[in-house]
Amino acid sequence: MSDTILNIENITKSFPRVIANKKVTFDIKKNAVHAILGENGAGKSTLVKILYGLLEPDEGNIKLNNKNFKVNSPAEARKQGIGMVFQHFSLFDSLSVKENLILGIDEKMSYSDLENKLENISSRYNLPLNLDAPITALSAGEKQRVEIVRILLQDPQILIMDEPTSVLTPQEVESLFVTLNALVKESRTILYITHKLEEVISICDTVTIMRNGEIIDTSSTSNQTAKTLATKMLGQKLDDLKTNYGQIKDEVNFEVKNISCDFNDPFLTDLKNISFQVRVGEIYGIAGVAGNGQSELMDILTGENINIKSGSITFDNKKIEKYGPQKRRDLSISFVPENRLGHSAVPELSLSENILLSQFPKNNFIKNGIILKNNVDDFANNVINEYKVITPGNDAKASSLSGGNLQKYVIGREISSKPKILIISHPTWGIDAGAEHSIRESLIELSQNGTSIIVISQDLDELIEITHKISVIYDGNLSKPFNTSEVEIEKLGLLMGGKNE
Amino acid sequence: MNSLLPSIVSRSQSSGIMNFFVPIISIVLTLITGSIIFVLLGFDPVYALYTFFISPISSTYGISELFVKATPLALIAIGLSYCFKNNIYNIGAEGQLTMGAIFGGGIGILFHDTNAFWLLPLMIFAGAIGGALWGLIPAILKTKFNTNEILTSLMLVYVALFILDYLVVGPWKDPFGYSFPKSRPFSESGRMPILFDGLRVHFGLIITLFLIFVSWFIFSKTILGFQLKVSGYSPKAAKYAGFNQTTLVFFAFAICGAFAGIAGLAEVSGPIGLLYRDISPNYGFTAIIVAFLGRLHPIGIIFASLVIALTYLGAEDAQLFLQIPSAVGFIFQGLVLFYLLGAELLINYKLTYKKLL
Repeated sequence: MSDTILNIENITKSFPRVIANKKVTFDIKKNAVHAILGENGAGKSTLVKILYGLLEPDEGNIKLNNKNFKVNSPAEARKQGIGMVFQHFSLFDSLSVKENLILGIDEKMSYSDLENKLENISSRYNLPLNLDAPITALSAGEKQRVEIVRILLQDPQILIMDEPTSVLTPQEVESLFVTLNALVKESRTILYITHKLEEVISICDTVTIMRNGEIIDTSSTSNQTAKTLATKMLGQKLDDLKTNYGQIKDEVNFEVKNISCDFNDPFLTDLKNISFQVRVGEIYGIAGVAGNGQSELMDILTGENINIKSGSITFDNKKIEKYGPQKRRDLSISFVPENRLGHSAVPELSLSENILLSQFPKNNFIKNGIILKNNVDDFANNVINEYKVITPGNDAKASSLSGGNLQKYVIGREISSKPKILIISHPTWGIDAGAEHSIRESLIELSQNGTSIIVISQDLDELIEITHKISVIYDGNLSKPFNTSEVEIEKLGLLMGGKNE
Repeated sequence: MNSLLPSIVSRSQSSGIMNFFVPIISIVLTLITGSIIFVLLGFDPVYALYTFFISPISSTYGISELFVKATPLALIAIGLSYCFKNNIYNIGAEGQLTMGAIFGGGIGILFHDTNAFWLLPLMIFAGAIGGALWGLIPAILKTKFNTNEILTSLMLVYVALFILDYLVVGPWKDPFGYSFPKSRPFSESGRMPILFDGLRVHFGLIITLFLIFVSWFIFSKTILGFQLKVSGYSPKAAKYAGFNQTTLVFFAFAICGAFAGIAGLAEVSGPIGLLYRDISPNYGFTAIIVAFLGRLHPIGIIFASLVIALTYLGAEDAQLFLQIPSAVGFIFQGLVLFYLLGAELLINYKLTYKKLL
């Protein structure tokens, strides 16, 4: 037992409608990187929130170093030696790195002590920091470093990392892995939460696989492959997706030319001279790390923002850059923004009512200002059946659906009207692998029927799987396009980090 | 051991049934608190509550008076729900009511010696226009300069009241009125027809019921009502859908102003018959309570307006029979709102006591 640091025994936690953890039992060894692998909704987050004192388990025991461990708040958890780095950073954007670090300390510490400690941590674990830089000026990778240093100041035995690579460039991921290895050498333990199979194999020693709140398996990673892990994680086999260049017609139907846009806002990224063309039947991907102008570009593509400084958007030989969203829909352009709750759908409204957010000329939902409820309900039922949305019915509130189901519903709503072009941002963000696969499949199918698609995504694997062309957005600049089948990942990674040889 | 101070935690699901019961629970709690206040003041609570809530409506005349008071409250509250559904906090209905009374009443004064069928409709129309124009001022300020409509609409209440004040002591003063601050009386055809002989309940009630029905139709059956709802729940989704939010703000303010304006005109051309300083016992503010007590739903608003109208009548009876100041009526209105907001909070959040180690 001496090499075990944490024993998790029979942890059960249920919420009003789901059991998030069912008798979860496994051990975590000292000085190792231990992965918890599972789809979104498998119960990983619930488990780590229990460990970090954010949730209380209904049943079960946790032992830390063979002693009973029970905490009611993150502060207590930190005192007992457990630290956590969240997927979404909790930093004050307007303050400097140093100020953020000072705010994160639980106990009193003199300023010179702090500086000594920081220097020590930075050099030992490959975590260089510019203490005086404001947080806004940092890249996602640098922000994450601040979070890690902040936790390390408290000298934790166990460090929980929740999906740490989701916002990083490939190069930043490499550097994070160096840090993690250095931490493990200093007899710390890392609990690594992820749904990315390659990461488990390359960095972790042991892996615990969760599905539907239960532990499927805990084993060493040395005898696992991405395939075997995926089968255990999903419980089923998925077909490989294929993109076909033959379906693309030699006809440009959507062209963005020299779009520039200034916002005068430190929290928004100005767009600089963005140009690209999409051909009929083509899937065009825009890669990039979050916060490099994606949402600003999306607003301009959808018409939610028509205040551009210069440039034009042409669709079917019409200049549309001054058209609002409804006028663009009238031309058979459809869009799905990144955020489901409160942007592409209203959580408080029923599924049926949510249909009305996006109306195309042929829908026939409204006559003389009066809603034709039967038509709307029929359309909703159709989307629910066609896209296998799991819901009690079209009168269920959008908020009652899981992320994946709602996303299938929203995308189904948009593509049921057979648009000529679909502009979609982060199509599979935050949803489980099953829904992810079916959404990617329907996008490919749509393009085969002659619809052009623009996909903005942070998920490089996704873009490589489904697109024909990829360009990279960095600090409001869009790179030239590359054929997805030919481009090297390293090349894209460098562009995502702002390096253009 | 538990800590002494509870913390407020969001409930994962709010109960639909409790949502329905909130207004009823608030009213019951108000009655209980009211009894305690009566006991503290040295009155028999049963007798006091009877005087307050039963005796005012134990005669035909009393019931008619209940409808007289409920009419402006319900009409303004349904107008306010256009704004509140859209998350626009127009609290200046009192000013819009006053402006409606000034515009419509102005027509009445201009034609004080004319008797014609077109006079009342013209006055109602002018009242609606006056209220709507007054409501559009905060709408313009909000959409053009991004000002907070709570402040601007409230301040415009006082501007409207001072304009009315100026008119009735100045240019519109009754030349035969012995210098009292009031206008000439309107002609007979400038008055709201009485519905039943000997009672004061008037045609304004019919107008109110009609507009409530129209509003129900707009809210539940039309794309316009849907747009108001969406932009209230989530402005980003409304933008995504391509709904014009500036238009919706203008629409909500204009409708609310027009309804309040009609309510004001109905007051001066109904029970009052002329313009003077105190045409409204804060109907425009009290209607805010009515709108929320009625959960912004047309049927709910009808019931809520009757309940709140009763507090007006009860206060008068209490003053008469118990010698309690009529301000007690406002205490009851305040209590209802207090419990309503409290119950609303507890539906979506719960109190928990954190364990201390």
